[in-house]
Amino acid sequence: MDTKIKIRNLNLYYGNFQALSDVEMDIYDNKITALIGPSGCGKSTFLRTLNRMNDLIGSVKIDGNVLLDNQNIYEKDYDVIRLRRKIGMVFQKPNPFPKSIYENIVYGPRIHGTKEKQKLDEIVETTLKEVALWDEVKDRLKKPAMGLSGGQQQRLCIARCLAVHPEIILMDEPTSALDPVATLRIESLLEELVKKYTIVIVTHNMQQAGRVSDYTSFFLNGKVLESDETDIIFSNPNNKKTEDYITGRFG
Amino acid sequence: MTNATETFELIVPKEKKFSKMINWKTYFFYFFIYLMATVTILVLIAIIGYILINGVLHIDWEFLTSEPSKMGKEGGIYSIIIGTLYLTLVSVVIAAPIGILAAVYFTEYAKESRWIKMIRFGTEILAGIPSIIFGLFGFTFFVIFLGFRWSILSGGLTLAMMILPTLIRATEESLKTVPRSYREGSLSLGATKWQTIIKVVLPSCLSGILTGLILGIGRAVGETAAVMLTAGSSLGVPHALTDPARTMSVHLYILASEGLSREKTFATASLLIILVLIINMIANMVTQRYIKKAKA
Ligand SMILES: Nc1ncnc2c1ncn2[C@@H]1O[C@H](COP(=O)(O)OP(=O)(O)O)[C@@H](O)[C@H]1O
Ligand SMILES: [Mg+2]
Repeated sequence: MDTKIKIRNLNLYYGNFQALSDVEMDIYDNKITALIGPSGCGKSTFLRTLNRMNDLIGSVKIDGNVLLDNQNIYEKDYDVIRLRRKIGMVFQKPNPFPKSIYENIVYGPRIHGTKEKQKLDEIVETTLKEVALWDEVKDRLKKPAMGLSGGQQQRLCIARCLAVHPEIILMDEPTSALDPVATLRIESLLEELVKKYTIVIVTHNMQQAGRVSDYTSFFLNGKVLESDETDIIFSNPNNKKTEDYITGRFG
Repeated sequence: MTNATETFELIVPKEKKFSKMINWKTYFFYFFIYLMATVTILVLIAIIGYILINGVLHIDWEFLTSEPSKMGKEGGIYSIIIGTLYLTLVSVVIAAPIGILAAVYFTEYAKESRWIKMIRFGTEILAGIPSIIFGLFGFTFFVIFLGFRWSILSGGLTLAMMILPTLIRATEESLKTVPRSYREGSLSLGATKWQTIIKVVLPSCLSGILTGLILGIGRAVGETAAVMLTAGSSLGVPHALTDPARTMSVHLYILASEGLSREKTFATASLLIILVLIINMIANMVTQRYIKKAKA
């Protein structure tokens, strides 16, 4: 079992407020890692350190190491563009661009230099098939993506992210805006995707973490209290607080 | 004009259940709003109607396609239509890239420094300056100092300066309404900030930019004093940037103030109104189509 990302000693501050303290974690290749914990404990913040989305916020200070394939992504001169191609992201609320379904998918590849129409068509078809959306939209690829249902939009966003061939996919509560049926479709999609990709998913939903993930990390107040195989976390946690949270005593 | 109806719908809620709580104050409020709206519309109809009734019958093919003679007392306004379109086009072509880039810089790149605050304050001041001041500046700077003479170029540059604040404002406002999620989506795919702005942010505020441009065009088309001082009032058809030109507003002003021809004055005024209406309609159509496309 290979470690894809090693996080060591990670501290993050929003101005004076410390949002992450001494976070240590291993993200394993071709596994699903779930991040759980009460709202405001730093899950999204942590997720966004992995593809350096926090760079966009002026007041953020980060120290510590995030080693992707043994290279620190916070090293000076690290190529953020390449990093974000390697690590895709799916957001809490589906966020397709106000463009057609087709244009949404080819956006990434185009930016990274793919121009031939035939190749782009191919990418659209394969990625939409990968997220099981092809049959539903193949006749209306040129129609606005905003016309899709929430669940379809979220699958489109996953496809958009797959189109740049990432190795890792970060998902921040990807089903929290969806109905139960759409949620289940995304969850079964995750089982397919994990064969090819490494997945880190933030979830509010304990059952979801239990159902889909291989590993789980429990966050509280900016610290990782416990990380382990999901089965162990859910059946036999080390930490009393983890147990309290999982059994619904707080959060 | 669309704005008026939109605001109107905001103030007067459509829901039925609201009617239960209506008391006399609300009635009075509604009555007052309807009254004001009616008055506004009546004034508009009165002005436009008066001009059109007096002018529209004198507009014919001949009027549109022949050049004026005897200082505009006879003939048509062909050269003046050309001059208006030419000057407007030039001012928009100059103002649009500068205005859009400036707005992008202000909202996307500039840190809130004192320098930026000063520039922002400056653009706001610029928007409130009377147009004759722009005219005076354009005259002394472009016409005399830079030696551009009375020309489309001098006029276009001057009008561009007048349009800029509106355009920057409108673009900035619409840039701010672009959801953060679009930007994040783009950046997370490995796009650079610039690519994100060009390919996602700007396209999704096209309608706002367009609105700014239309307002600017409206200002350019309606401007008289600043144009006379910088583009001149020559009656000939302009062929180059360095030629002087007369716009419809200037023509109208001269016809009216010198009492040359009541008939031609009203015909020109009617045409000006029709032109402005058409510009607004086109803008509306483009915006509507765009909104539909984005929402559908
Ligand atoms: N841009 C920001 N600026 C300042 N504080 C922030 C910002 N984003 C998040 N925080 C704070 O950091 C903490 C962690 O937030 P977040 O990572 O969003 O938590 P979670 O995703 O677990 O709900 C919260 O206390 C939140 O208020
Ligand atoms: Mg969150």
